[in-house]
Formats: sequence, structure tokens, C-alpha cells
Amino acid sequence: MTTKLFGEPVRRREDVRLTTGRGRYLDDIGHTALAAAFVRSPHAHARIVDIDVEAALDVEGLVAIYTYEDLTGRMAEPLPVLIPHPQLHAPRTGYPLANGVVRHVGEPVAMVVATDRYIAEDVCDRIVVTYDELPVVVGVDAAVAAAATVHDDVPDNVSAHHLQETGDVEAALRGAENTLSFTQYVERSASTPMEGKGVHARWDADDKSLRVYSSTQASTSVRAAIAAKLELSLDRVEVIAPDVGGGFGVKIVHPWPEELLVPMAAIALGQEVKWSEDRREHFISAAHERQQKQEITVGFDDDGRITALDAHIWHDNGAYTPYGIIIPIITATQLVGPYVIPVYRARVESMYTNTVIVTPYRGAGRPQACYAMERTMDRIADKLGLDRAEVRRRNLIQPDQFPYDQQLIFQDGRPVIYDSGNYQGLLEKLTALVGWDDVAGLRADAESRGRLLGAGMALYVEGTGPGPYEGGHVQVLGSGKVLVSTGLTSQGQGHETAFAQIVATELGVPIEDVEVTTGDTRRFGYAVGTFASRAAVMSGNAIALAARGVREKALRIAADVLEADATDLEIDEGVVQVKGTPGTGVPLRTLAVLSNPLRYAFDEAAQQATQFAGPGDASLPPVAVGDAPGLEHIDYYSPVRSTFASGAHAVIVEIDPATWEIEIVKYAVVHDCGTMINPMIVEGQVHGGVAQGVGGALYERMAYDADGQLQNASFMDFLMPYASEVPAVVIDHQVTKSPLNPLGIKGAGEAGVIPGTAAIASAIEDATGRRIASMPISPTELYDLMRDENAERTARGTGVLT
Amino acid sequence: MSVDLERTVSITVNGVPREATVPVRRLLSDALRHDLGLTGTHVGCEHGVCGACTVLVDGEPMRSCLLLAVQVDGRSVTTVEGLARDDGRGGQLLHPVQEAFRECHALQCGFCTPGFLTTIAAGLDARDNSVDITDDEVDELVGGNLCRCTGYANIKKAVRHAAATMKDPR
Repeated sequence: MTTKLFGEPVRRREDVRLTTGRGRYLDDIGHTALAAAFVRSPHAHARIVDIDVEAALDVEGLVAIYTYEDLTGRMAEPLPVLIPHPQLHAPRTGYPLANGVVRHVGEPVAMVVATDRYIAEDVCDRIVVTYDELPVVVGVDAAVAAAATVHDDVPDNVSAHHLQETGDVEAALRGAENTLSFTQYVERSASTPMEGKGVHARWDADDKSLRVYSSTQASTSVRAAIAAKLELSLDRVEVIAPDVGGGFGVKIVHPWPEELLVPMAAIALGQEVKWSEDRREHFISAAHERQQKQEITVGFDDDGRITALDAHIWHDNGAYTPYGIIIPIITATQLVGPYVIPVYRARVESMYTNTVIVTPYRGAGRPQACYAMERTMDRIADKLGLDRAEVRRRNLIQPDQFPYDQQLIFQDGRPVIYDSGNYQGLLEKLTALVGWDDVAGLRADAESRGRLLGAGMALYVEGTGPGPYEGGHVQVLGSGKVLVSTGLTSQGQGHETAFAQIVATELGVPIEDVEVTTGDTRRFGYAVGTFASRAAVMSGNAIALAARGVREKALRIAADVLEADATDLEIDEGVVQVKGTPGTGVPLRTLAVLSNPLRYAFDEAAQQATQFAGPGDASLPPVAVGDAPGLEHIDYYSPVRSTFASGAHAVIVEIDPATWEIEIVKYAVVHDCGTMINPMIVEGQVHGGVAQGVGGALYERMAYDADGQLQNASFMDFLMPYASEVPAVVIDHQVTKSPLNPLGIKGAGEAGVIPGTAAIASAIEDATGRRIASMPISPTELYDLMRDENAERTARGTGVLT
Repeated sequence: MSVDLERTVSITVNGVPREATVPVRRLLSDALRHDLGLTGTHVGCEHGVCGACTVLVDGEPMRSCLLLAVQVDGRSVTTVEGLARDDGRGGQLLHPVQEAFRECHALQCGFCTPGFLTTIAAGLDARDNSVDITDDEVDELVGGNLCRCTGYANIKKAVRHAAATMKDPR
């Protein structure tokens, strides 16, 4: 009996090659390709006066140099605004190579192609660019003040005013029993995958076709963008995402300048060209996220129940807006979390600054939203002298209130209607898991050791699996192999395994026979991409539906062959048989052969399928009307709206009052992503997300100075957590299936990172009795805060100190 | 600068004598990957912090992005491709740490993995595995490499698993 693998912690199939050095990442491809390198702006804002390549021309190994002047047709136009929106009134994008102006350090100015990367960089060093520096805008406060502008024709530095509201919040606040207002900040961080971006392009001049490999999260979309910009017919371009060394959102943006320029050069030069960025390039020319200033006003009754919530947020979108206002939308719509918020307004001003562009990084605006909501809950609790878990409990949407309409419009243009969940259950499991009621005792113990101790928590609801669709193709070959493909991509989520589990279970075949391909436009042409925790929801369901189509056809053909009723048949270990009669059936591989009537018997299997093989009915065509040859099926899953996962984290910190070092001594997670295909993979996603949450709360910050120079553009000074910074995590699960899709799945990819900053801020505040209103926080900053007489103290003020 | 000084280096890589003629400024990471075709070693930062490029030079873990190829002329280098042993029957016997990584889901995207595998393999091979591994030893073995995907929990689990296997290879 084939074990049903769906829901099991199946060991990953991709690990066979990845643990033996046989992965195939972008830079592993194309050893004979020419190498591209870029001259990038050293200034945050400047006019390009002159580009002098004279000194570079005699470098041996130089093949070509390109500047904006060399771009023609659509390549000379601005890069696209991928996601326009009516409220994005001033979208601006850059050019593949800077057109007279640079607006952030790192913006590409010239592309060099040479015989290898070392020589290409030698050439870059010799190109002399003369700039006229312009005033620089860094940070939302400077953007708002607008003493200088990033774009001449955007005098207030505002790209969009995003508004979501469910009623008259000002009236509701006036009528509230209590109100409080506060301002808080969260700083920039970034996805920072271990592998940077890269592009390899090969033009086949005989065939007039282009093949591009890109370390991307959206190969179908990159394909469309390249075809459009290089003015090629779509069918002449194929794009493949190879093994990708992490994405976390930064690789969803497209087309990067390099994704257009490298293929352009490959076509012009008639040779393969490859570019893979180095770490410094990634810091200054990929994308960042997270920076926001938040002003919150909340109205609540004497029991701590919120009656009105008003959030005014300034979001730093960097120098350009290629990804539109997705992050502001997500912050605005996810802020309400698992709570009943009778009247809500969110205004998000998206601001230009002379810094790297801001596009989604795991969480994509949700961590900021959670930070706003959860810190509001903490302040309400503090004001009323209530337990922070209790205040949350009183505001939760109840288990019997689903589907729950928050009356907001999500990033997919569809309503925010929570399909299912049990937030009460999350909170109960969380308080038990972390030992919330024992904190007082832990605190006393810590104090006896001369240390401060505090606990914090944060809950979230996460819209996942937005559409518009994904597809799946399942095909059984005459060899018995089952090919599965879907158009979205993989960056370590284990899709080759999880999707194989689905097919193995649906089709009743050994998983060893199933081979999954993702992100290859040669294999599946219609797709959206991997982001917003959507792959399992979208491709998982599409693949399941495709597998069911194959199953249905297999049973239909087998019913004929076995002279049985399809409803009496089952598939076990890849063999279709009458239920409960092993050894009497017909293998799927034979059905695959039989499904394709042939004229020529070129091998034994084919012989079975030729038109002369069996009696057949001479009055019927070999391929019935409406049928097709082959044992395969393509299907799509397109959701009516997103499905909403949820979770809750709690953190206990100990702080050393001599060094102000913050140690996380307990990190508890309760997590609900509906049905889990592979619980081991889900847990891995949570672990990774938590590490990024901890990094964002305590260590990671993009340190731009007032001149727009990124001072920590390397791992020396941008502090990504090592193992020593990441606490052990205890995890409990809850499962509230989604009623919106056949498998009941909700997304899990971003969950781990969403509440980290909020929960850790809350814990530090609890430990020190000082208001924590700016994250991340370092020991030095905490030290300064503790010594600042004007620093706001909490009402409970449990911190003991100097 | 159009004429690079070149040198022919002889390096025993994964037990096999290899030769390459490289510019003297060629990093060992690039020489392994592009001149010798061993792309298992990955480059994550080129400033010696992330550890993805870690190889064993005469058995010692070193950052190949901080070494020039000419510096290991005449020496032996082990990359991730060389951790498995020949099983004498035409197949490969994986190092216990490679098996452990698979068993414990200690990798997701796999980009940092080679650097962890070489470092941990060297560390486990150098210790007395008849003694149980301690938490401090585990922390030491994983503490110098960055991973963005896994949060390290399963990597630590894999180290304990591998050490246990090496203690009791049944």
C-alpha cells in the first residue's frame, strides 16, 4: 500500500545534490561566457556631467562598454512600474543605465563586458565619471521636510497617499472613553540572501532565440519584460530560474537593469554574457525594506476594548517605485491583525529618498503593521494597568465570527475577509507555551542574579496566497516517470519535495517516480511568481487539481482495459487495479502508452499502443472528440481572494544592566497555516523567519548617513545573525484549514518574521520600564535610553535601575 | 594593467592532482569554481565573513575568498565535492555530516551549505567521537558561518546527529 505522503515530514529530494556540491546556481552556469561588471554611482544624488572611457580602452580583454547613449528603442525608456495603483500619483522609475541623473549610491551608470570579471572590474576602475552633486534626502523626516527633492517634478517627495478607512475615525475617537497617541519608528533592513542576483544570457543567432537564466523569483514575468524591452516575440525568449540561493522577496523585483542589459549585450556581441553581483553591489543596488515612521491614535473603553484606531504612517520607498505601493497597502490592511476594530483609518504616505529602492522583504509591510498594532495593545494595557495578554484577548475576533470582513481592500485588490482562524486558541496556546503566568517568578529569579527580565508577545494575521493564479502540469510518461511542472519558482522552500508529495498522494505513485520542475518557462508558461507565502496555496492546489485530472483519465482508460467500472478502481504503487486485488492491475506507465495511439512501433512499449495493437472500435476515432493523446493534465487554481494564516509569538529577554546586552532566553511560536504538506519544511520556514525577526529587532539596520552613503555595506558592519544570535524556538501548531482551496492550505513562508520586532520591543520595555519606540535597538542605544532622564517610562515601570 | 602575471599552480584537490595556470591575483574560490570546474564552493561575500566559501587546506577550514590560488600551490584542498568517500563499489559513501544535513532538514536554499559541511566535517573528523558532543562544541562548529534560511536550529541538530553517527556507526 503506497503510504500517503501528504502531511508527512518527507526528507527533501533536492538535498541529494545540494549536500554534495552539485547544485546549479547562476554563477555555476556558463563558464565560457563573457563577464559583465558595472560602474555604479558613488553619489546619492548627482547629475552625470561626463563619462570618459579613454583610459579603459586599452585594457586587454575588454569587449564592450555601454552607457545610456547606447540604449535604443524601449531600452531607452524608464523601467516599468510593475504594479500601478490609482493612489500612486507620482510613480517614478530609473533607467537600465542612468540617464543623466543618479538618485542613489549604487545606481548603474555603465556596463562593461570583458573576458572575465577581474578584467571587467579593471575596466570599471578606469572609467572616469564626472558628477555634479545635488542635495540629498535621507530618511522619512527629511523627505517630509522636502528641503531637497529626489525627483525634480515631485516637490513634496510623496509618491502616493494610500488611504484605507472603514468609518469616521475622528468622530469615533472624539466619542471614546480613553484615547492615547504615540509615535514610533522602525528602521531599514533587507532580504540579504546568501546568493546575490545574477543573469546569464545566450542568444542563438541561427534560431533567433534567447535563453536567459536569472536568479529570480518570477521567471515568467522576467521573460515577458525582456521580450517587451528587447522587442522580441515572446516565443523567442525563454527564462529559467536555476537553483537560487535564497530570495526572501528581493528577487521578485523585475526586470532589474541587469536582466535587460546582459541579454542585450549577448545579442549584440553574439556571445554568452554573464553577470553575478558581489556582496557590496547587492547592498547598494538590490532592494531594502522596513523603514517607517508611525503615528498611532487609539480610542478604547475602560475595559481596554478598542473603539477606534487611526494610523498615520510615513513609508520610505527609496529613490524609485518599480513595485508600486504594495508595502504601504500591506501595512495598512494587515495592521488590524486578529482584532475587532470597529472604526479604522490608515493613511500611508510613501516617500522618496535618495537611497536604494524599497520592495518586499519577507513580511512585506506586515512586520511594520504588527509592530503598530501590538505596541498599541501594550500601551493600552499599560494605561489601564491590565495584563497585556488579557487586553488582547478582549479584542480578539471570536472563533464563531468567520468569515470576518475587515472592510479593507488587500494587495490583490480583493476584500480582506478572514476565511478561518482561531485567535483565541493561538493566545491560549501561546501563554501556556511561554509560561506567561510564570514571568513574575522568572523576573524575581533574574533579579537575584543581578539581571533584568521581561516578556513580550505579538499576534498577527497574515494574508497569504494572493492570486491571480498558478498552474500545474502533471504528465505520466511511458517510462513510468511522472513529470510535474509549475511556473513559479523556488529559493529553498522544498518545492521539489512538497509538490512531489502532493502528486504521489493524489496519483498513488512512489515519490521516487515523481520529478518536479519549477520556474522554467520552457516547461510551464503561465505563472505569477513566488512571494506573499503563496506557492503551496497556489501551485500546491493547481498541481493537486492537475494530478486529479490525470487520475481521472487513468481510471477511465484502465476501466476500459480491465473491463471494470472506474469507481471500482484504485491506484497503488503506480498500478491501477480493482480495489483490493493487488497483482491484477495495469501500471500507469502502460496506460500512458495506451493513451497515445501510434502508427509506429519504435519500441516494445510503443508496440502496445499502435493502431494495429488491439481490436478497437472501427466506428470510433482513435482519439475521441474532446480528448487528447497522453496521460497528462494541466489545471489552474485561481482564488476568489487571499487566505489568512495567523500566529502568535512570545519572547522572554534577560538584560545585563552593566553591558545592556539583550539576551533572548525563550522564544515561543504558535503557528497556524492550515493544512501542512510537509511539517518539517513548515517548521524550517518558521525557524528561518524567526532568525530574521531577531535580526531585525536587535542587529540589522541599513546605516545611511546624511549624504546617502551606506556606511555598512558589508557583513562586517551589517549584522546578520550568526547561530549565536538566534535563540532556540519552541513551536506549537494549530490547524484551521482554509475553506477557500481544495487542500485547505494557508501560506507559511513569512510567518516567522512578522511579529519579532513587536514582541521583542515589548519584552525589552517590560524588562526596563522604559518606552521602546524605535527598533532595532542595540545595547548602546538601550544604555543611552536608560540614562536619559527625559525618556518615557512605562506606568508599570518594572525595570530597576540607574 | 593589461598584462597579468600568471603562474601554474599544482594543487591536490579532493585527492586528485590538478594543475591550473592562473593570474596571480586569482582568488582560490574563483580558481576552484571556474578554472577547475568545482562549483560546489560558493561565494557569498568575498570579504571572509559569511563562510560559504570555506574549503579545507591541508585539512584546516579556510576562507577560499581570502586566499589567492597561488598561496595553495603544492598543498591539498578539500571541497564539498570531496567529502564523500569512494565506497569501493563504484559509488559514494557520504560523510556523516552530509547524511545528517539531509536527515535533519539542515538546509533550505543550499547556498551556505558547502561552507558548513566542510567546516563541520573537519571539526568532527578531528575530535574524539567516542565522547558525546557538547553544546559548546556544537556552537563552536556552527558559529562562524552565516545562513539566512534555516535559523540554524536544524544545522545544530545535524551536527549532533552526525556526531552520534560517528560515535556509533551502526
